[in-house]
This record gives sequence, C-alpha cells and structure tokens, in this order.
Amino acid sequence: MDTIHACFKEKIGEVLLPGDVFSFRLSESGDGSIKTEKIICGPGLRRNGEEVQVCKSGILRHKQPNMYWIDSQQRRYVPAKGESVIGIVTAKSGDIFKVDVGGSEQASLSYLAFEGATKRNRPNVQVGDLVYGQFTIANKDMEPELVCIDSCGRANGMGVFGADGLLFKVSLGLVRRLLAPQSEIIKDLEKIFPFELVVGMNGRVWVKAKTVQQTLIVTNLLETCENMTSQQRQTLFKRVAEGSL
Amino acid sequence: MAKDGAAKLSKNLLRMKFMQRGLDAELKKQLDEEEKRIISDEHWFLDLPELKAKENHIIEERSCVPCEDLVYGRMSFRGFNPEVEKLMLLMNTHKEEEEDEEEDDVSRMETDITDEEMARRYESLVESMRKKFAKKRNRSTVTKSEEDVNCNVVGDQPKKVFLKPQD
Repeated sequence: MDTIHACFKEKIGEVLLPGDVFSFRLSESGDGSIKTEKIICGPGLRRNGEEVQVCKSGILRHKQPNMYWIDSQQRRYVPAKGESVIGIVTAKSGDIFKVDVGGSEQASLSYLAFEGATKRNRPNVQVGDLVYGQFTIANKDMEPELVCIDSCGRANGMGVFGADGLLFKVSLGLVRRLLAPQSEIIKDLEKIFPFELVVGMNGRVWVKAKTVQQTLIVTNLLETCENMTSQQRQTLFKRVAEGSL
Repeated sequence: MAKDGAAKLSKNLLRMKFMQRGLDAELKKQLDEEEKRIISDEHWFLDLPELKAKENHIIEERSCVPCEDLVYGRMSFRGFNPEVEKLMLLMNTHKEEEEDEEEDDVSRMETDITDEEMARRYESLVESMRKKFAKKRNRSTVTKSEEDVNCNVVGDQPKKVFLKPQD
C-alpha cells in the first residue's frame, strides 16, 4: 500500500506532462494488503497494464482515500458517462431526438426518457429547445445517449428548460470552478442580483435574470472570470454591485 | 408407408413422444441419454487453456464529477425560481446523505406508533380473533385463560362426548 501511494505522493501538486508513467511492482509475495488496495484514476490518467500513464498535461490532484486525477484546461468537451450537460435539440426522427452536446457526435435522446412519457403521451420537445440531461452511454466506440430521467424514473430538474435567458460557452475549467462545493464565484455573484443559472459540464451555461441588461451583465462577468485572479474578480464585482444598485 | 412394419419406421419418428408412451422407463432413459449425447456433441467449444481474469487494482474513472464533488448544475439565487431552489436543497443534501449513510446504521424507521403500543394492540387482536373462531363450547375456556395473567390453563372438565346407551 505504501509503495503505491508513495509513488503518487511526491508528485501531488506538480505539473506533469503526457507520457509520465507511474509504475509499481505488485508482484511481492504474500502481501495480501497490497492486493486489495484499489486506486481510482480520474480524468487525465490512464491505465496501461500495471502502470498508470499521464495523458494530459496539468497538475496532479488527490482526494482521500485513493483518487487521483490531472487538473487540466480545455474547451473541447468529451462526453463521459454520468455527467449532466445542456444540449440543443437539432432533429426529431422517429422515436429519438438528436441533440447537439458539443462533442464529436450528436447524442441521441429517446422520447421515452422523460418523466411521465409513454408511447401515447409524447413529451413536448421542439427542434431548438434546450435540454438538461445525463449521459447513460458515452464512450469512444458508440454514439452517446442522453436521458432526462434518473434511475428511479424521476426528472430531478432535468428535461426541457428555459423559455428566455441566454446560452453561452465557457471553458471546462470555469465550469468546474462554478460547480465546486464552496464556489467563491457563485457566492460573489449571488450578492449582485437574483438570477437563475444552469451549468452543463460541456462548457455551456444558461443564465436568466429579470431584465435583459441584468442577464447580459451576468454573462459578461462569468466570461471574464476565467482570466482574473480572485482579487480582481472581487473588485470588479463590487464595482458592478454598486453601479447597478 | 402406413403398410410398412414397425422395423421400417425412421429413428426420428420413434423418438417422438407419442411413440414412446408404450415403452419402458429404461428404454426411455436410454433414448434420452442418446439424444443428449448427440446434442452435446454438436455444441461448439474452445479448446483453450483456462485463462484467469486478472484482478485490476487500478480503476479508471472518466468523469470529473466524483473527483471534485461537483454540485448539482441547476441553480437559482435569491428566490428567482423557487422550484429550482427546492431542487438544489434536495439534490445537494441527497449527496451529503449518501456520504453519511455509510457510517450510520439504518436500524430504526420512523413510526407513528411505538413498538410497545403495537405489541399491546396485537395481543388483544389475537385474543379477540381466537374467541371469534372458537366453538361455542370452547368460548368459556378461552375467556378464562384470557383473564388469568399468567395464562395458566387449568385442567378443563372432561369434554362431553356422546355416550352410547349400554343397552
């Protein structure tokens, strides 16, 4: 156990490049404890036989007890199972909707994958609508599939949303910062004025506020947050709060 | 075809159910075994040495949601959309509960009636049902045993049976 985690520990918080390898010999005899230790490789790390290889450049992060991943920056989204994304319906064909999620392929969304939908009772979804759904299938070999329903059959806020409001695209790093458990950006934004926000893991964000101007202000603030330090951000937000009130 | 003797009937025909009704059990067993052998011979199998699947200690996780404990994606602030605010509370506490539940035991469910009340109610229910279905002659014994706290069954008087006249 110590050998495995020790290999990683020295590099936590350091910048790694694709091609770096973590290898540990698990062929030690009689070590039952080592055999049962599992390591979870998050995004950016890949298993290669008995080794772990880095495939994205970034900083190695660690979460107790045994999760490691690479914190990297990108704008292009790659669908992953279980993630919730905002999609735009592009076509209706037969029993499925084709939804654009920003990946290499359009995802398919069955019309039965909505709460309370049956063969007779079709959901009210038109081309051009925004949907918030989760991936059930998302790998490099198959077409991704979305559903707007959870395993118990409840919608949980997924489905078509947003009559008004504005949809725009941000980088994936900002999305993760917005959705972090104690996000400072969100806390600062809250203080300005009431608004509604839907964040998709594919880099798409939808904002709605009382007036068009407020919506645009929130949009601009979010887009500029990417490249500012927290100091700059807080001063900017204060100026906006004073200016708008 | 119909005029041929039994010897000229085909093997498959003889194996059919209606032709086997007159056979012995032994003959039937033999025929069954032969059939099974023929079927298993036709099954294909791989002539490879047994390969054991290696247990993997390294699990790959493609999504960053569990890594960073990301919260639910729909948010509303300062009462802009009350339904979404309710959803936020629901989904985010649901996530916290999942982490806590692993430690606690889910031993007692919340009940409207306590266990003792339930036991008392059930006791009286059992008695009243027993009385209802007891025969008229036995009803008195049932009530007697009910009153006695320790349920000591005192020996009954001998049951009254029909006495045949000795004449």
